[in-house]
Amino acid sequence: MTLQEYTASAHNFEECMKCTVCTAYCPVVPVNPLYPGPKQAGPDGERLRLKDPFFFSETLKYCLNCKRCEVACPSDVKVADIIQAARIKYSTSKPKLRDMMLASTDFMGSLARPFAPIVNGVLSLGVTKAVLDGFMEVDRHRKFPKYSFRGFEGWFKRKAASSQAAFEKKVAYFHGCYVNYNFPTLGQDFVKVMNALGYGVELLKDEKCCGVAMIANGMSDKARKNAVSNVQALSEAVSRGLKVLTSSSTCTFTMRDEYPELLGVDNSAVRDSIILATRFIFEELENGVKLEFKPDFKARIAYHTPCHLEKLGWGVFSKGVLKKIPGVELIPLDSACCGIAGTYGFKKENYEASQAIGKPLFDQIEAVAPDFVACDCETCKWQIEMSTPYKVLNPISVLAAALA
Amino acid sequence: MKFDVAIIGGGLAGLTAGLSLQKRGLSTVIISAGQNAMHFSSGAFELLSRTPDGMPVDSPLEDIPLLPGDHPYSKIGLPRLTALIDQVPQLFASAGIKLQGHALRNSFRITPTGTLKRAWLALEDVALLPTVETSVGRKVLLVNLAGYPDFFTSFIAEGLEARGSSVRICSLKLPEMETLRTSPSEMRSVNIARVMDTAWKSVVDGVKLHLRGEDTVILPQVFGLKDESVLSLVRGSIPANVLFVGTMPPSVPGIRAQMKQKAAYENAGGTTLMGDTAVSAVLDGGRVVSLRTRNLGDHPVEAGQFILATGGFFSKGLSSTPSRVYETLFSLDVDYDADRNNWYAYDFFTPQPYLDFGVKTDNSFRAVRDGEAIENLRVIGSILGGAHSFKLGCGGGVAILSALAVAEDLSNELK
Repeated sequence: MTLQEYTASAHNFEECMKCTVCTAYCPVVPVNPLYPGPKQAGPDGERLRLKDPFFFSETLKYCLNCKRCEVACPSDVKVADIIQAARIKYSTSKPKLRDMMLASTDFMGSLARPFAPIVNGVLSLGVTKAVLDGFMEVDRHRKFPKYSFRGFEGWFKRKAASSQAAFEKKVAYFHGCYVNYNFPTLGQDFVKVMNALGYGVELLKDEKCCGVAMIANGMSDKARKNAVSNVQALSEAVSRGLKVLTSSSTCTFTMRDEYPELLGVDNSAVRDSIILATRFIFEELENGVKLEFKPDFKARIAYHTPCHLEKLGWGVFSKGVLKKIPGVELIPLDSACCGIAGTYGFKKENYEASQAIGKPLFDQIEAVAPDFVACDCETCKWQIEMSTPYKVLNPISVLAAALA
Repeated sequence: MKFDVAIIGGGLAGLTAGLSLQKRGLSTVIISAGQNAMHFSSGAFELLSRTPDGMPVDSPLEDIPLLPGDHPYSKIGLPRLTALIDQVPQLFASAGIKLQGHALRNSFRITPTGTLKRAWLALEDVALLPTVETSVGRKVLLVNLAGYPDFFTSFIAEGLEARGSSVRICSLKLPEMETLRTSPSEMRSVNIARVMDTAWKSVVDGVKLHLRGEDTVILPQVFGLKDESVLSLVRGSIPANVLFVGTMPPSVPGIRAQMKQKAAYENAGGTTLMGDTAVSAVLDGGRVVSLRTRNLGDHPVEAGQFILATGGFFSKGLSSTPSRVYETLFSLDVDYDADRNNWYAYDFFTPQPYLDFGVKTDNSFRAVRDGEAIENLRVIGSILGGAHSFKLGCGGGVAILSALAVAEDLSNELK
């Protein structure tokens, strides 16, 4: 080993000036005393781990990877990247069956979908929940997202693909597991909005799960395989001059930033072309493209910025698009984590922390009492719908509903 | 994205300018690379603490005319400066931030090392004495929390005893803090403050048990991270004069003030690009047209007017190579000594010359590049040249008042 291997990290821990501002904005620290906090788990710990992996602590699994530490850091230290990279490099704990099932959103989705009515029924039974809770340590309070009998890809091929060819301008769509297996309606809304803007939609040749849940559950090898495959599929579309739009903020963030930072997968040829649809729509509207809206559309919307969208810095586009819909009263909620963090909140051991983290957000939503909440992340949607009486819609679906 | 004014930097100056402009009906954006220096602040703002000759200042307004012509206060001019000073408490109050103190006479705050420093305005939980002779208390109970490393009781006691108080130190061991202590490296002011939202009662009970007729109780500033109401609960429940004294960073009062300022700015319709950095600017015919940021990539931030509030070396508004000091975004002209040997003073405890370096501006705070003023780019806050804020003790005042002056000018121009 060279001296550098004991002192140099792939991430910039040496830029940390020990100010502890990250800790002030960490959503986990106030609710979980077992978590060492972002500064200790990140740059402070990195210095020690480089000398001896003995200093790695499995308590780093309590990090949500919400990246709020990085957004707050005045020195641009990649605090959460340091923590997640350390988990990938040093963790010796193997993912449990539960973790693998929660993380394999595409595998589980393709198994469950053909039997969707049965699976949905079984998953919502009290006895199933008790079994999941007892044997699998999936918290009994959680509602599983329903599986959709007909997936989005199938719908697209049968009902939409042929009409898309008529459009001269095209975009590619990375729909993600949620749209395909659980909620094709969002994908259908996306196609409707794109068509209204004058764009035809194409799917990628071979889309795989972005891998975010695999990274979080100690399955980085599988995540890396998906990343390599996705970059190839993205490159194929990008090389034909297409932008690849997304409707999930977390898939977007994972493919743009986690691929190179955590998985070491070079995405430089496609990164700038992976764009959350609201950004694309905002730019189209700013460039003078006109959409026809229902004259009587009225909605009082509370908007929640998902953590990964906060990190991308693009919440301004989603809010901007919603504000451009006539009849919308938009109330931006305070920047705060909802607590679900993908699969984190599904785990029995995290349930209480997850709900405690989200409480200020839930309280604010109830105080605002909107018609519904808007948000670009599917797991925030599950969390908010479970924890408040309000429905959560993706901004794309709001836009689709408002179109004439 | 298009705005009337784009502000680069979300610190005290940037947020003050943003809030003031939004209140005047203009649309603004603030690009903020991470949380700002208020997180390290004492919770007090200086207006002017020393004259250029190094003499202590008791009445800032009387001594401001002694400042040289290139000082930001001189550029604003005393009559206008006085009018702007009068607006400050109200602007902060509108954001829910109560300030104590006034510009006619400097007050004195107790520092974390037990000395006194001059202050113009201070947040509610900063112990502020009206004069240098004011006694902190005849008998003082100085309270720390067991395991908290960032509150230096012996320094503070030494400082207060030198000023005639009799000081007794005690340490409270609270059951509520035992879980915090399992992670000693994170035993910091903000984490304690979160616990104190409910555990303040135990502090009060502990203090009452320790009280032996002391007239004054001093506690660390670890109360009320989001909501200062816990301060008055503590004050009201202890039968003595309760003072809060600063800790090592992060600063609980500073964070609370910045959160409120940011919330007020956003509630007034302002847009924040948090955790983003302006990486380049597009200029055309001597005017700034747009900015590019790291997160927005090729999506430009366009505005009619721009404000540079990026701070000094600490916030990376200024940077240096071995041979030159430069402004990082626009390459503006910087006022500094060409001879590197003159950048430092050998005595570490004297004001360091490099801290006086700053961007050159015209009398309306327009940025100067290659000797020419850029028509629609103003400069405010600690990156301003000519302020000598460490030497003169005027950093807070320069940040707030340059922001207010520029906000007023821009709204007059744009209307």
